[in-house]
Amino acid sequence: MGEPDPTGRFGRFGGRFVPETLMPALMELEQAFRDAWADGPFRSELDKLLCDYAGRPSALTECHRLSAELGVRVLLKREDLNHTGSHKINNVLGQALLAKRMGKARLVAETGAGQHGVATATAAALLGQECVVYMGEVDMARQELNVFRMRLLGAEVVPATSGSRTLKDAVNDAMRDWVATVERSHYCLGSVMGPHPYPWMVREFHRVTGTEARRQMLDATGSLPDVVVACVGGGSNAAGIFSGFSESRDVDLVGVEPAGGAAVGHGIPGIVHGMMSYLMQDEFGQVEEAESISAGLDYPGVGPEHSHLADSGRARYEAVADDEVVEAFVLLSRTEGIIPALESAHALAWVSRERAALAGKTVLVNLSGRGDKDVAQMMDVLADRL
Amino acid sequence: MLQPALGARIASGGRCLVPYLTGGLPQADPADWTTTLCAIADAGADAIEVGIPFSDPVMDGPVIQQASDEALAAGANPAGILDELTGVDAGVPLAVMTYANLVYRFGWERFASTMSASGVGAAILPDIPLEEADPWCNAADAAGVETVMLAAPTAPDERLERIVERASGFVYAVGLLGITGERDELASSAKVIAARLKAVTDKPVLVGVGIGSPAQAVEVCEVADGVVIGSAVVRRALQTRSPEAVAELVGGFRAALDAG
Ligand SMILES: Cc1ncc(COP(=O)(O)O)c(C=O)c1O
Repeated sequence: MGEPDPTGRFGRFGGRFVPETLMPALMELEQAFRDAWADGPFRSELDKLLCDYAGRPSALTECHRLSAELGVRVLLKREDLNHTGSHKINNVLGQALLAKRMGKARLVAETGAGQHGVATATAAALLGQECVVYMGEVDMARQELNVFRMRLLGAEVVPATSGSRTLKDAVNDAMRDWVATVERSHYCLGSVMGPHPYPWMVREFHRVTGTEARRQMLDATGSLPDVVVACVGGGSNAAGIFSGFSESRDVDLVGVEPAGGAAVGHGIPGIVHGMMSYLMQDEFGQVEEAESISAGLDYPGVGPEHSHLADSGRARYEAVADDEVVEAFVLLSRTEGIIPALESAHALAWVSRERAALAGKTVLVNLSGRGDKDVAQMMDVLADRL
Repeated sequence: MLQPALGARIASGGRCLVPYLTGGLPQADPADWTTTLCAIADAGADAIEVGIPFSDPVMDGPVIQQASDEALAAGANPAGILDELTGVDAGVPLAVMTYANLVYRFGWERFASTMSASGVGAAILPDIPLEEADPWCNAADAAGVETVMLAAPTAPDERLERIVERASGFVYAVGLLGITGERDELASSAKVIAARLKAVTDKPVLVGVGIGSPAQAVEVCEVADGVVIGSAVVRRALQTRSPEAVAELVGGFRAALDAG
């Protein structure tokens, strides 16, 4: 997984479809990222934060009881153990440092499940930056805990009230904010989506997951996994872990989308949020509303590099239904004492469903986040079972 | 075509007025949105921008968003709006304003030729910047459709030169950093961007975004060749659903601009 072409494309996907006001800012950001990424002191500062503050490297956990239950050897890359509870902190620390370097003291972000918002609010607090987070009204209701965390950290949380009032609309509102404040704000985008250079830059900030996981797999098992699985909303945790294995052609890469938000599965190429990518849309090109039990995957599009990985056949994308996700959420909790984020439970749900086909194989799952944020929501769903 | 029509107004010492109306916006019976379109034309518009509503209009503020949502809920779609325009003779040139995905989904070439067949001579696509413009512009050029390019206050001079080079119809000077919607005062950036563009082009330079009152229109036209009035017109259409009431608002802008 290398650099996109000069127009920001991976194959036919990507690009920069944004209001003219933002074009100079995107070019400035691309240049700033290139400079920073090639700059030793910047990289050391980021590495130090990832290590001393975020808790990297994250563990690799072999799941003995789950493996016995499924007949598949399952290992987890534990992004849930990162500070703030998900992989999102990797990208945010990178972008917040970059914003500081660019002299931008205000961070704007969108959030679905709240994990990216919490990570952004955290980095802003750490670096003394102002922070505004847009979040769909529907998501604010189902992720109350994260709304409170963001406010506690000093961020302003603004409800997105248009459209489906979920992640897609929060992205629109964050982009609108950025159009108005571009001279002093950095848009801290939360996934490998949006206009160039975001998909590439965010993947590079998450590459650390794949690099660590590759080394840890070799140490723990003596070989690479047969399959690497990760959930896909925009696709940042998947891009991070895939990047450690994409050059090894015998490793299967599988992205798992929610059935109600399967952009690769059900979408066709389209243009939204600054990028050309697979997109769920109607016959006229109106963007369809995704529907998923997990707010973090409730998104009708997908990052452009995933569209390209799907087209080229290097990765495949599968969909799981909400009820399978709930089962996986319970299964991991019961067998391993790890409560996964509902997003991450999508990846586990696919492994569980495909256990017969995967029998005897070694599967590495990116556990992108922990389930604390989802516990209140699941109390209702599981009310008659527990 | 827009450019000759606007050019004639400017040559005679006048200032151009281009109102925006959301296509498919429900109006009070028996009027429909094309009745409002014609009323606006009669009230003194030099050209009209017809919005084709999109589900995710990132360049638009709450007023135009609401109008888009209502029009979509009422069944508006790109083919339908272009089709309805085919039978309409507003007597002034028309431009469509919409977003990249609707055009891409329709097909660049097919959209351009359908526009042309419907009598719509120009397009404004705010999420297609210069770098992404070739596929659309080539299709538009081939179909004889003008492409209005947007120029924002954030662009360096060298970029403005490339933008005006590519623009036809007029050059859309974005009056402020932000999305569509009226503001209490004219942003200081409005005259600045207009002046910077006037220095590098002879094409008509119209300022849009953030112009809500006739006084603001007159003020910016000390420098610019004209104005695009979006949210103020759409707000009136939403509030009254009456072609006459919207025409009255547009007439007020016309009178103010003519009085200078
Ligand atoms: C734990 C977790 N995993 C995954 C995601 C989805 O993001 P991405 O697809 O970019 O990894 C989210 C988003 O909120 C999340 O919180």
